[in-house]
Amino acid sequence: MRKLLHFLKPYALAAAGALLFMFLQTLSELFLPTLLADIVDTGIVNGDTGYILRVGGIMLVVALGGTLCIIGGNYLSAKVASGFGRDLRRSLFARVESFSLQEFNRFGTASLITRSTNDINQVQMFLLMFMRMMVTSPLMLIGGIIMALSRDVELSKTIVVAIPLLAAAVTFIALKALPLFKEMQLKLDRLNLVLREYLTGIRVIRAFNRTGHEKRRYNQANLDLTATAVRVNRIIAALLPVMMFSLNITTVAIIWYGSRRIDSGQMMVGDLMAFLQYVMLILFSLIMVSMLFVIIPRASVSVARINQVLDTVPEIKDPPQPRPAGRPGGRVEFREVTFTYPGAEKPALSGISFSAGPGEVTAIIGGTGSGKSTLANLMLRFYDVDSGAILVDGVDVREMSQGELRQKIGYVPQKSFLFSGSVASNIRFGHRGASDEEVRRAAEAAQAADFIAGLAGGYEAEIAQGGVNVSGGQKQRLAIARALVRRPEIYIFDDSFSALDFKTDARVRAALKEETAGSTVFIIAQRVGTVMDADRIIVLDGGTICGIGTHRELLESCAVYREIVLSQLSEEEIA
Amino acid sequence: MSERRQGQQQRGFFGRGPAHGLAMPVEKPKDFKGTVKRLAGYVKPRRHLLVIVLLMAALGTAFNIVSPKIMGLATTSLFDSFNSGSRVDFAYIRQILIALGGLYLLSSLFHYAQQYIMAAVAQHTVYDLREDVNAKLARLPLKYFDGHSHGDILSRVTNDVDTISATLQQSIIQLITAAVMLVGILVMMLIISPLLTLAASVVIPLSFLVTRSVATRSQKYFARQQKVLGELNGHVEEMFTGHILVKAYGREKESLQQFQEINEKLYDTGWKAQFISGTIMPLMMFINNLGYVLVSVCGGILVTRGAISIGDVQAFIQYAKQFSQPISQTANIFNILQATVASAERVFELLDESEEIPDTHGAEIRNSRGEVRFDRVRFGYKEGEVLMENLNIEVSAGQTVAIVGPTGAGKTTLVNLLMRFYDVDGGKITVDGIDIRHLKRESLRSIFGMVLQDTWLFHGTIRENIAYGRPGATLEQIIRAARAAHADHFIRTLPGGYDTVLDEEASNISQGQKQLLTIARAILADPAILILDEATSNVDSRTELLIQKAMQRLMKGRTSFVIAHRLSTIRDADLILVMHKGAIVEKGTHRELLERGGFYAELYTSQFAGRNSA
Repeated sequence: MRKLLHFLKPYALAAAGALLFMFLQTLSELFLPTLLADIVDTGIVNGDTGYILRVGGIMLVVALGGTLCIIGGNYLSAKVASGFGRDLRRSLFARVESFSLQEFNRFGTASLITRSTNDINQVQMFLLMFMRMMVTSPLMLIGGIIMALSRDVELSKTIVVAIPLLAAAVTFIALKALPLFKEMQLKLDRLNLVLREYLTGIRVIRAFNRTGHEKRRYNQANLDLTATAVRVNRIIAALLPVMMFSLNITTVAIIWYGSRRIDSGQMMVGDLMAFLQYVMLILFSLIMVSMLFVIIPRASVSVARINQVLDTVPEIKDPPQPRPAGRPGGRVEFREVTFTYPGAEKPALSGISFSAGPGEVTAIIGGTGSGKSTLANLMLRFYDVDSGAILVDGVDVREMSQGELRQKIGYVPQKSFLFSGSVASNIRFGHRGASDEEVRRAAEAAQAADFIAGLAGGYEAEIAQGGVNVSGGQKQRLAIARALVRRPEIYIFDDSFSALDFKTDARVRAALKEETAGSTVFIIAQRVGTVMDADRIIVLDGGTICGIGTHRELLESCAVYREIVLSQLSEEEIA
Repeated sequence: MSERRQGQQQRGFFGRGPAHGLAMPVEKPKDFKGTVKRLAGYVKPRRHLLVIVLLMAALGTAFNIVSPKIMGLATTSLFDSFNSGSRVDFAYIRQILIALGGLYLLSSLFHYAQQYIMAAVAQHTVYDLREDVNAKLARLPLKYFDGHSHGDILSRVTNDVDTISATLQQSIIQLITAAVMLVGILVMMLIISPLLTLAASVVIPLSFLVTRSVATRSQKYFARQQKVLGELNGHVEEMFTGHILVKAYGREKESLQQFQEINEKLYDTGWKAQFISGTIMPLMMFINNLGYVLVSVCGGILVTRGAISIGDVQAFIQYAKQFSQPISQTANIFNILQATVASAERVFELLDESEEIPDTHGAEIRNSRGEVRFDRVRFGYKEGEVLMENLNIEVSAGQTVAIVGPTGAGKTTLVNLLMRFYDVDGGKITVDGIDIRHLKRESLRSIFGMVLQDTWLFHGTIRENIAYGRPGATLEQIIRAARAAHADHFIRTLPGGYDTVLDEEASNISQGQKQLLTIARAILADPAILILDEATSNVDSRTELLIQKAMQRLMKGRTSFVIAHRLSTIRDADLILVMHKGAIVEKGTHRELLERGGFYAELYTSQFAGRNSA
């Protein structure tokens, strides 16, 4: 919590104002029973109607004042909490945007999304509740006790008995119920898991005639959940009655002892009535305070999760004085590059050296985990090498600014991802200022023009979030267009043709040949057909280069390459 | 759908907050009465318990209502003796206090018992509802699952059912209690003093008015806040999912700027929603206090005139304080009930979906030869949309049928028809000469084995996953199948071997390994006819080789439908079905199709044209 406190700093004054208002409101609440006692003890006893009306008027003013205070307090606390949430959200989002893949993958996409949405909302709600209730309750508690003492010290001893009793009862129930609540959540998750598996596996389940089995599995989870839910609710059932009984029995005790005090002339009836109300205020605020113990742990989990992100500093930073890259060109050179993913035992790449220049197509092939995508990630400086160096146009990528480096690169990732917006805005993602003509040209080269023309709205057709309204192959073509419109010096196609059928794949590659003619092109692929024509094929195996050369050369010299080729083509197609 | 969900309050330890239900916008059900009736049907088996609970709730509340009046007797007695200077009548006071203590105890016990019983009533009712859903899911046709997002179905079965459960547990008792309290308090107040009642009720319309107007405004702002929050969450989700692109294309600044715009909007609507919803309670309290002061003053004056006893005024004050509680509660509960009925409606919608036609003829095939015929088959997913017309295919036992075509050409349609996930619109499909619609679905499906690209494994051990198609298989059989599928080796390298538990996404093994497991599963099931998907994306070449070998072994001696990606498979196939845009556009052998020079020929040459020159 402490770390997040400085986000509250700009709102310190408003927060203090909110607390002040709440404090005043508490005072007004405490003052009312005193005034009532006055009505009884002075007004009624003396039969003074004028006094009663006067005090009544004061009571009204006090009540109105209290209400205005609480509304003012609410206004301020709403602004403070929302402002705090906004600032925190912005900082968190900005921090995540600064993350390189290393930090980003440490948390995972899903987790980062929850942290920046749900967790912040939780903390914001907590702050609001804290300012609105958690502060007033202890105040009320203390104020109530003071007022009770001021009425009658002797009688206040009843409170000393009542408070611990109530607290103990509530704590006991809470301690029993809280673990059960967690258990219930687990069982609910289990039920959801079974159901989700059922939905995703529906074809397999029906194909293997296992519907009955799945039904039983669901039933078991259901039974389990129901049993726990019944238990939880039965324990919770005791909570309110126990609290109410404690309150009520305290009242009875107070009247009993109070009547003795009155009998001995140490107390007036109005005092007793006021006293009763104070005790109620005290006990109610006690119940509110006990809520703290439920809410604080929940919020603190969120706080910790937010802090983890804020505490993570991206490792990849721009150098203080970035060196400008050499003349435009796009020459890429790997010098003895070795890289290990954090936490991994073995390096993902080791001793990688090669160089590629404009006008050349370099293909990278190898099995899963051979380090193909890592190579791309290093070129883009999503990670920094452990040893060796990567040079682009003669400058070490670590000495350039990330912006300038990436400006040179058109990257098509393995998983094509589209943003919500129009088709055109997705292509323009690659180059902000691209003209309509340039966008169209890129789409044509990526063989996307035809299907775009078929969309309602053409280039202005809406892409839904996550690109769910276009097929995998269409997504991939738009992703290629996005890279093309950038007119970069270096292209990286990371398995970018996998969702295309043979025919489109061939057409795209033919068109690309023209479009990318003056650039340095890297093609990472699984299909031999895609890489066969490259100027240079790099065969990766277990993070090392086991062969560099053309298709023909490698067929002769590289056993791993031959194996890959054989698994995909029949003998006669190889030649 | 998700936006609606975000509006749902978190259920916690103390249940739902009192004033919150008013402040939030509420979804209106379509057919309130009918749905309530139907929901009541689920409670019916437990109606005796429910009646007991309601009786107890009424009684317990009644006790609560009488107690201030009784306590007032003690105060009056004290006041009188104080005023007259005589001694306090302890015997009388003791009597009253004992009675009071007894009432309190009883009311608490009743309260506890209600909740205790209600726990079982609510949870068992919801259990029944879930079981009905469970049974329903088994009877729904594939069409339903293909047509609805998983999120939608999940949310009906979990969130909506959960809402119902919470309402049953809390709101029904609250409704009864509130009603009894409203009437009871009114009666008590009238008994004590009609004049004071008049004074106290001056504030009631005010209370209604204020609640109404503030709540409407609050709901408006909350709805707006929800919308912006949805927008913000959407942006975050999108930017984080596309993080690698944002970085690669240097779009961090734009992304942040866009975020900040939405964030600012959220702040603006957010604080207003919080502020306005936060004023409901204090305003109500003020109106309450208004009544409190009015009653205190009027009561005080009445006491001085001897028209009423001091204890009655005290009791009356307590009544007046409690009076607004059931009013606001009732409004709140009605909102909750509406939301609940809307939830129930969504669950019932699922329960009312049309089901698969039940098996009418119960024919079975024991040892299938594996002959498949499509006889003048006509099919389309939607009415009026015909994908296949007059399709005739004849496959003899042991033959291989290759299905080729671009991605998204609808190759799964064939799977859907063969497995009877969907029924043909015209013509028929026969296996061993029997119309598959005359077969029991179970019997038909046991003839087929499927290995799809989308490898479905469930959260459980590897052993259980392989044995999925053949319950009761021995470990030895499982290992033999794994060996045949070339999976045995990698399974043994896993920390738990065959007892390794696959986690939820089965992310502890690779994509290729998953595929091997599904092949092992099919081998163990030993079907007469196979449906295979050769596509192996994201699989390294060595595993791919293993998969290929395993598939070849699996296909030996079986009729196979292969969604083909390898040329060798296509060329060796006995029949090639070329699919395009959901329909079968050509069929024949490799040679025949090349000679025809149609779609297939074009597909073939475009793929391999560049290669010949290499």
